[in-house]
Amino acid sequence: MKDVRGARAASRTIYLSRFTVRRGGSIDTISPMADSVWGQPAASAVPRTGAPARHPALVRVTHWITAAAFLALLVSGLELVVSHPRFYWGEAGNVHTPPLFRIPIPSSRATVPTGYGYVLPDQNGWSRYLHFQSAWVAVLTGLLYASWGLFSGHFRRSLVPGRADLARRGFWRRAREKDPWSYNPVQRLSYLAVVFVLFPLIVWTGLAMSPAIAAAAPSAVAILGGQQSARTIHFIVTILLTLFFVVHVVMVWLAGFRSRVRGMITGRPGARREGA
Amino acid sequence: MSKLSRRQLITAGLATAAGASGLAAAAGLARRYGLIPPDGGGLYGPGETLTYAAQRVLTRHSMAREFAPGQISKPPFANEIAPLGDAFKRLEAGGFAGWRLAVDGMVARPASFRVDELKSFPRSSQITHLACEEGWSYIAEWSGVPLSHVLSLVGTLPQARYVVYRSFQPDWWESIDMADALHPQTLIAHGMNGGELPVAFGGPLRLRVPRQLGYKNVKFITRLTVTDDLKQFGKGLGSASPEAGYAWYAGI
Repeated sequence: MKDVRGARAASRTIYLSRFTVRRGGSIDTISPMADSVWGQPAASAVPRTGAPARHPALVRVTHWITAAAFLALLVSGLELVVSHPRFYWGEAGNVHTPPLFRIPIPSSRATVPTGYGYVLPDQNGWSRYLHFQSAWVAVLTGLLYASWGLFSGHFRRSLVPGRADLARRGFWRRAREKDPWSYNPVQRLSYLAVVFVLFPLIVWTGLAMSPAIAAAAPSAVAILGGQQSARTIHFIVTILLTLFFVVHVVMVWLAGFRSRVRGMITGRPGARREGA
Repeated sequence: MSKLSRRQLITAGLATAAGASGLAAAAGLARRYGLIPPDGGGLYGPGETLTYAAQRVLTRHSMAREFAPGQISKPPFANEIAPLGDAFKRLEAGGFAGWRLAVDGMVARPASFRVDELKSFPRSSQITHLACEEGWSYIAEWSGVPLSHVLSLVGTLPQARYVVYRSFQPDWWESIDMADALHPQTLIAHGMNGGELPVAFGGPLRLRVPRQLGYKNVKFITRLTVTDDLKQFGKGLGSASPEAGYAWYAGI
């Protein structure tokens, strides 16, 4: 029991909360940061409730659209992998080619030697339609989020580690104990890696698999090592994004699932109840 | 719960109105310039339309990558094909001398070509990548007559927008727009890797569309129909693929 409480308390410290719940029960809502849609000081954007929004509206909306698109891409993508659970390096690869690695699962195609005595039903049609439509949603939402984040200073303020973060405090602690809503350096770097490395990479490798895009932008394929390399990298980045997703949900769970989810939906984590 | 300020409400309202009218204008433009694919309706229509429209605007004239002879896959992978039946076997036994490729629809001079006639036409060859939607691929050398050459022989009418092509195998038919039909790398292929096109790879005649996935590269083609409207073919979705749940445009 003690461990559980300790973990929850620790995760409160680790997790980014704009509200800190003091042991005494009072609610601390220090917020010098900009928090409205446009990145203006929160005090002017939300004057009456007193407390600023936990997340700006644009972050909340794009977060849930991206979450839905990610899950649709993940489910449909895993379905597509089943039709050929072998991965290659280079331009071309098929069952005559030695794979870089293979996933030991049955396939939805009889031509793939899996060692299983049966073939799964083909679900690629709707999976492909869903995958590409969700990709458009994710890319357009990502562009909106990224351009807003750069324009409003959101990335610089909330995600880029400051000098104080990188100093002696340690990667798992926030730089300033008085800013309990801010992210610690590990969180900051994780979010930056997802937004600026993994997300662009999954889009790039996805586009590089397209025959028409490969024709239009051959160097975008060549840099990756070929179209089969692009497919392999696409799969590896999917695993990394899924790992991020799992850790993210576990941290939200440890930090208090209801209040964190409420904070990302309404902007109000329900601090009153939590503090009471 | 937070209360929306008047300014936020007005901003959100204006943004929604601008977004909606922008979408309507974009849809109108897309229709006018033929940027909506035949399977552009329904649940996945928006995604398909975005893909097809974006590629036709940005990559209409791009050329598929060509590779060095050393990069040809050895051996290439012959995908499963449905049983071809006795009629095909008889044609094969006769060296495909009885094979015909009919060209009809919106053309000035409908015609029917023998395989040896097609082989006597200007020959184009390419070493290109063929990717299956399943994930595998191979590189091969393909040779044949550019589809654009055959279309110019029969004289396509100016209003032509699509070419429908059918396989000897019933229920396998596809279509491409004129951007792909007139593309210099789109071939009526009759040769592969320096020899005849093997039956396992679609011989005697296969439509080779290197900027689209394997399933648009129909094997054993027997008939080309030029049209301005795909609604009259099959269920009106453009080809057999959308009827089986797959996208019509496979350039992705």
